[in-house]
Amino acid sequence: MSTSVILQSLQDIHDTILQHESEIESLDRAIGDGDHYINMKRGAAAIVEMRDELASLTPDAALHKIGLKLLSTIGGASGPLLASFFMGMAKVLKEKNDTSTKTYALAFTSGVDLIRQRGKADLGEKTMLDVLMPVADQLVALANAGTNNKTICEALIATAEAGMHSTKNLIATKGRAAGLGERAIGHIDPGAKSCQLMINAVCNVLLKNE
Amino acid sequence: MKKFINKVDDVLVESLSGFAAAHSDIVSLNLAPNFLTRKQKASNKVAVISGGGSGHEPLHAGYIGYGMLDAACPGHVFTSPTPDQMLAAAEAVHANKGVLFIVKNYAGDVMNFEMAAEMLPFESATVLTSDDCAVINSTYTTGRRGVAGTVIVEKCVGSLAETGADLQSCKQLGDKINHRTASMGVALTSCTVPAAGRPTFDISDRELEMGVGIHGEPGRRRDQMREADAIIQELVSAILDNLKPAPDSEALLLINGFGATPLMELYLIYNSAANLFKQHGIRIARSLVGNYTTALDMAGASVTLCLLDDEIKQHWDSPVHTAALRWGM
Repeated sequence: MSTSVILQSLQDIHDTILQHESEIESLDRAIGDGDHYINMKRGAAAIVEMRDELASLTPDAALHKIGLKLLSTIGGASGPLLASFFMGMAKVLKEKNDTSTKTYALAFTSGVDLIRQRGKADLGEKTMLDVLMPVADQLVALANAGTNNKTICEALIATAEAGMHSTKNLIATKGRAAGLGERAIGHIDPGAKSCQLMINAVCNVLLKNE
Repeated sequence: MKKFINKVDDVLVESLSGFAAAHSDIVSLNLAPNFLTRKQKASNKVAVISGGGSGHEPLHAGYIGYGMLDAACPGHVFTSPTPDQMLAAAEAVHANKGVLFIVKNYAGDVMNFEMAAEMLPFESATVLTSDDCAVINSTYTTGRRGVAGTVIVEKCVGSLAETGADLQSCKQLGDKINHRTASMGVALTSCTVPAAGRPTFDISDRELEMGVGIHGEPGRRRDQMREADAIIQELVSAILDNLKPAPDSEALLLINGFGATPLMELYLIYNSAANLFKQHGIRIARSLVGNYTTALDMAGASVTLCLLDDEIKQHWDSPVHTAALRWGM
């Protein structure tokens, strides 16, 4: 995955967030406080604006810079969590110094682990982790088995979607919906939804580049 | 949505600029990163810094000044501020006795202040406020939310810091007050986040939201509108169940408006709550009524009871000079 593919992915993430404004907003109004879309849009726009600055960087340096920018732009819980993810990914890429699918799988997993640590959350708590953890596990398994990128991307799109839907029947134990108890049942978690959209966007960019 | 707005994206900066200009004798404003400090930097004391999403005015910037906060970091509406704001604020007001962050217990605020504390080049401690007793089942929560009781923590910790007390003593007082304080709120209408442009939740003229949070997030349950005494009775009972005060306890009673409930009704609520607490043997020794921790334009109010001891009472009574609280000087 080159810096230009990363930049194309970020542009598509930005676009997909904007296209799903009403869906993300209505999910967040149901069980959150209605600001998730605005925060994601602000973060995505800030990254797209950095495009020229990022283009000349190696993938690890670009991802680190993206993390810092998100940390100072988004705020809320999403800011530190997404920043931790990008900075964690950057660290592994820098250490490994290669751009193989296996290394990206490791980097992605490391980013997800940092989200778990920072958010003190785990699978099944009605958060973005219900999308990210199954995707990370599957990505590592398929990459280690030497599966081709096309098959991996198609599998991850489906897994992200299943993870997002799985939050519908969960009680929230982390995040702002945590105060709702059983009232959160029946609503998809907005953070899980935006993560699914982002994974979908990145996988589609990779499929187009195959 | 009908609000005083020029451009939605400019609401925060224009409001901060107006606040800083109106209170230019007390505060200074820095933009990008956004933070406010006292006009006169204090020396030889713990720097007390708070912050949180905007929309709760006068929390927190309204409590900057002698006897309370040294700095505050406002985030976007209902969104935690970011670590770069906290680091810049700490750098500006740090006076060689460490930094105490007072943080309301929400995932975003906790994480952003945590990252700032990790990056800070000097000693820091954090008091997490979690006075909202509306969320009952702790199995389903990451802890209680921090609401209007935060004002009492900021006032008293600010007073102690002014005496030159060390970082740990300031943190201990903050934690103690938080443990002795409980709040619960009720909403009659939703609030409208300017950037969202429509009410956060739907509620009919015949309904109320019992246990609402200060972002308009749902609380215990939706219920039918009733007469005031019956509503306040439920708030008072929840607080008493939570604090289990000994008979003849002395307390501070704070009635806090959420932004769109007139003072006339807030005083009516005070009358109702004070009578109910008295029936349970509580002596209301101190009181505060007004809009101190708001939720934009939400109609509704919260009741906060803080069980006093001599130390808390002394620091509550001590002189304070901020935009939103001023007495004794």
